[in-house]
Amino acid sequence: MKQLSRRKFFEESIALKKLNEHSTIKAAYKDPSNTQLPRHLLKTSTGIAPYSGTFGEEELRHLLKRTLFGISYSDLTYFKNKSLTEVLNSLLTIPDNLPEPPLNHYSYNPALPDPDVPAGSTWVNAPVSPTLEGQRRVSFKGWWAGLQFNRQPNIREKMTLFWHNHFATESAIVLDSRFVYKHHSLLRQNCLGNFKELVRQVCIDPAMLVYLNGKDNTKTAPDENFARELQELFTVGKDLPNHYTEEDVRAAAKVLTGWRINRNGISSSFDPNAHDTGNKQFSAFYNNTVIQGRSGSTAGTDELNDLMTMLFNQQEVSKYICRKLYRYFVYYVIDESVEKNVIEPLATVFRNNNYQIKPVLETLLKSEHFFDPLNRACMIKSPSDYLVGLARNFQLALPGSGNIQQQYTHFIYAQQVMAAIGQDLGDPPSVAGWPSYYEDPQFYELWINSDTLPKRNQSAEGLLYTGFNRQNFLLKIDTLQLVSGFSNPSNPNELLNDALKILFQMPLSASHIQTVKKSFLLGGQEEDHYWTDAWAAWQGNPGNVILKNAVESKLKDLFKYLTGLAEYQLC
Amino acid sequence: MDRRKFLRTSIGSGLAPLVLNGLSVNAFAESPLLQFLGKSNKNRIAVLLQLNGGNDGLNTVIPIDQYSFLSNARSNILIPEAKVLALTGTTKTGLHPAMNELRSLYDEGRLSIVQNVGYPNPDFSHFRATDIWLTGSDSNQFVETGWMGRYLDLQFAGFPTGYPNEEYPDPPAIQIGAMISPALQGQHASLGMSITNPSSFYQFVNGTVDPAPNTPAGHELSFLRLVAQQTQQYSGSVKTAADKGRNLSSKYPAAGTNSLADQLKIVAQLISGGLSTQVYMVSLGGFDTHSAQVDVSAKENGSHATLLQKISQAVNAFQDDLKLLGVDDRVLGMTFSEFGRRIKSNASLGTDHGTSAPLFLFGKHIKGGIYGKNPVIPQNASVNDNVPMEFDFRSIYGSILKEWFEISDTERTEILLKDFPTLDLIDGSATGYYEKSLSKKLIVFPNPTTGVVTIQFENQISGEPISLEIFDMQGRKQELGSLQNNSDNGIFRLDLSHLPAGNYAIHLQQGRRRWTEKLMKVD
Repeated sequence: MKQLSRRKFFEESIALKKLNEHSTIKAAYKDPSNTQLPRHLLKTSTGIAPYSGTFGEEELRHLLKRTLFGISYSDLTYFKNKSLTEVLNSLLTIPDNLPEPPLNHYSYNPALPDPDVPAGSTWVNAPVSPTLEGQRRVSFKGWWAGLQFNRQPNIREKMTLFWHNHFATESAIVLDSRFVYKHHSLLRQNCLGNFKELVRQVCIDPAMLVYLNGKDNTKTAPDENFARELQELFTVGKDLPNHYTEEDVRAAAKVLTGWRINRNGISSSFDPNAHDTGNKQFSAFYNNTVIQGRSGSTAGTDELNDLMTMLFNQQEVSKYICRKLYRYFVYYVIDESVEKNVIEPLATVFRNNNYQIKPVLETLLKSEHFFDPLNRACMIKSPSDYLVGLARNFQLALPGSGNIQQQYTHFIYAQQVMAAIGQDLGDPPSVAGWPSYYEDPQFYELWINSDTLPKRNQSAEGLLYTGFNRQNFLLKIDTLQLVSGFSNPSNPNELLNDALKILFQMPLSASHIQTVKKSFLLGGQEEDHYWTDAWAAWQGNPGNVILKNAVESKLKDLFKYLTGLAEYQLC
Repeated sequence: MDRRKFLRTSIGSGLAPLVLNGLSVNAFAESPLLQFLGKSNKNRIAVLLQLNGGNDGLNTVIPIDQYSFLSNARSNILIPEAKVLALTGTTKTGLHPAMNELRSLYDEGRLSIVQNVGYPNPDFSHFRATDIWLTGSDSNQFVETGWMGRYLDLQFAGFPTGYPNEEYPDPPAIQIGAMISPALQGQHASLGMSITNPSSFYQFVNGTVDPAPNTPAGHELSFLRLVAQQTQQYSGSVKTAADKGRNLSSKYPAAGTNSLADQLKIVAQLISGGLSTQVYMVSLGGFDTHSAQVDVSAKENGSHATLLQKISQAVNAFQDDLKLLGVDDRVLGMTFSEFGRRIKSNASLGTDHGTSAPLFLFGKHIKGGIYGKNPVIPQNASVNDNVPMEFDFRSIYGSILKEWFEISDTERTEILLKDFPTLDLIDGSATGYYEKSLSKKLIVFPNPTTGVVTIQFENQISGEPISLEIFDMQGRKQELGSLQNNSDNGIFRLDLSHLPAGNYAIHLQQGRRRWTEKLMKVD
């Protein structure tokens, strides 16, 4: 038997090259994104009271899709028949230990030896290496993407990314991958912990001291960069008409003078000689607080603690963070009702729990508001939601840790595809994070444009048809294996039903489903037996390439079509 | 079967069509005419109509001369002989009574019938047989690309990288339907753009999308659909063509009553709008007529009749539209189905999966007539009896590639994965370089002839040398025999007694001008 193989299009990084090319759309593109916040939509006045309706499969899917970057059939099976409380407990229980750190994947290439780190070992504690810095950053990003793709059924990856978006730093500016990793670990370790403590640590985190010039902030030459973002972006925000003042920025900068980075120790330290020992006067926004100037080795920490106390006495911190969580987990329109019924009571929970994050998330994710039908299927998937979700939806087999070079090659590829569709882990566009979470009035719609939407579809198509073949590993969706795990793949209705549950939160109409079934599974015919017969024929003779292809080609075309639907971009 | 014998038995047989206008390019494969006609024509369009389910060929193109044995085999579904539509020029073959419009097209020479199309070792599974037809593979061969995809890959080198571009602004192929046919799968990507359904097409033209609920999800869905609509790579060029294009025929059935007609109407609109897309694929399902394919009380009616009527009305309206739009010169259509049905009917007023079946080709430049013979029906057909293959379906594909798309023999062999004999399907005037009206200046009579023919050449230029050649259907030059030339009045008398029976092409050239005419030799 002859076999003509299609040339492997996604090999040799043609795909990636293509993804990075400018789109050749000829038509004048008329951006249909919001020109004003959509306030005309149906509204809900539900609040944070616990959801008391049915917690059925649809509710389970809604919860999982918002917290786990997309779901697989096995995720559904894993959580099936659990109560909302049980599922939430599971989602909000994260491992104590950090994952294994990123490894030297680059020295498998003889041209890139690392005198300090053997191939396959971690570089996170090694001496800085200007020549290998770029490689290490690539390693970090691929490692992170790998953790997302291998996410466990808990909220850790989703929250780690939340804090990265919140305390945004750019690895290309920090230029020390060890600092970047340390900063990342701080966010990961505290992702469900105490927000106040997290802010305190971020203030003296070496990556942040580099990124926002805190390391250059001295009594003789105060640098206000970090002090401004600390207030504007990290804590109190600018949502209130009367917020912090320029004097507050200068005063906070003085509080934070004297912090230094230590490259050798991969740490930060306080230099009392560079610290401004004068009293720091804040505005009425902070109740005219005066932070008493100190000197000596503990001055930095003492004044920092005072600064935290002052910031967190301002209730706006709790509301500001709850609004960000809301936009990350629910929807971007925060109208008067949402502010009153969700944000304010949630902020109270936050404060009453001394800024512990977990109780806030728990309250939000089990609220009647979260499960309100109006708040379902309205989130446009972020690039990580999309790509990790794609892998989860199709149970994409990933390379294991047995071959580091192979594994990193694929994770790095995945990370680069994610970057090409608008989310470069480790390098958000600015200190404000990704505009999709703050840019009014478009918000999530900014993820989707004439460049990124075709690229999303190309990613799905590439993984379905040709795969990415590197280092003797073919990263490719196995549609037959996928549907073989479904409840009853020989029945085209049940097969589609299972597939649609995983892929869509926005339901397709019954007539659309019939058309899809007929066009893709029944070969343009009307009766279900066409699929059932073909499936049975292959099952009866699994080694027969022709029988296998008869069903597999239909599944590939089906899934290409489904992932190409606008509904697939929603979760 | 060798090629020569193949042609003789198919076209040269007594059932050869009488409607034979003009001359095929094929006949001049080695002649200067090919050069004259130009080597390729990007403006030509093929429209492929897929009939999903396996069409009952014996109740579509009816072998009237086999009626008594057919009656033995399928009396419960056989169309009453009196109802069968007669075709001009033959008493042996007729059409199902639901296909009045196709009968007219046939009589006008714009519809050809190719009998008994199939392939060796036929497969009876819908999916597999469909894949064989769409990929153009052997029965036991697994091919990932489609036959049209392989053709288009040659035209659109490296597709999709770098497309669309200024030279190739339009989609290589368009599929009307959610699923893009495997026939359009190329090496790297499918060369087909899908227009999911007629309503999505008209939404696209109008820049609208399906209504969505006034909820956050509905709001975002509409946004996404609008982006998706605009970011289809070819949205600009297709929308431009759709805006410029029109439909002029009043023969289309009401929208929503004949999905094939609805699809072809879009194709006509896009063609008339100037889209340079070369291949369109449309489809109609429901041909898997295991039961109740006829009404028990009136066998000329029933589900199969309804389907055939849809084809007939859709093709007729489409052809009428193309003519009114002035683009019929450029369009060729072909129907196909994954298999025919069993000779012997079953007890449920239906037919089970079979093998070979007839297909239709239509268009202004189709030669017309019937290719091949009526299937021979056994006296007492058993459930295992099937219509034997006369033409491999890839011969039809090859003919389209060779005569319509005018690609080289090497490329044709590459596309079809091996060499298949081609038929002589296309009228030579299809190129537009060769005006059909010119042929009227070359009059050949009697035609058919048993030997001596008179050739009248009306507007010769005095003093310019004239060359007269005669070719068989494989383009091979024949001995002329004795030639009497009265150069004053432009009349030649040519004795062709020495030639075997069959079809020939007379080629006359004076200076840069060339004329051709078809001649049939009978014994």
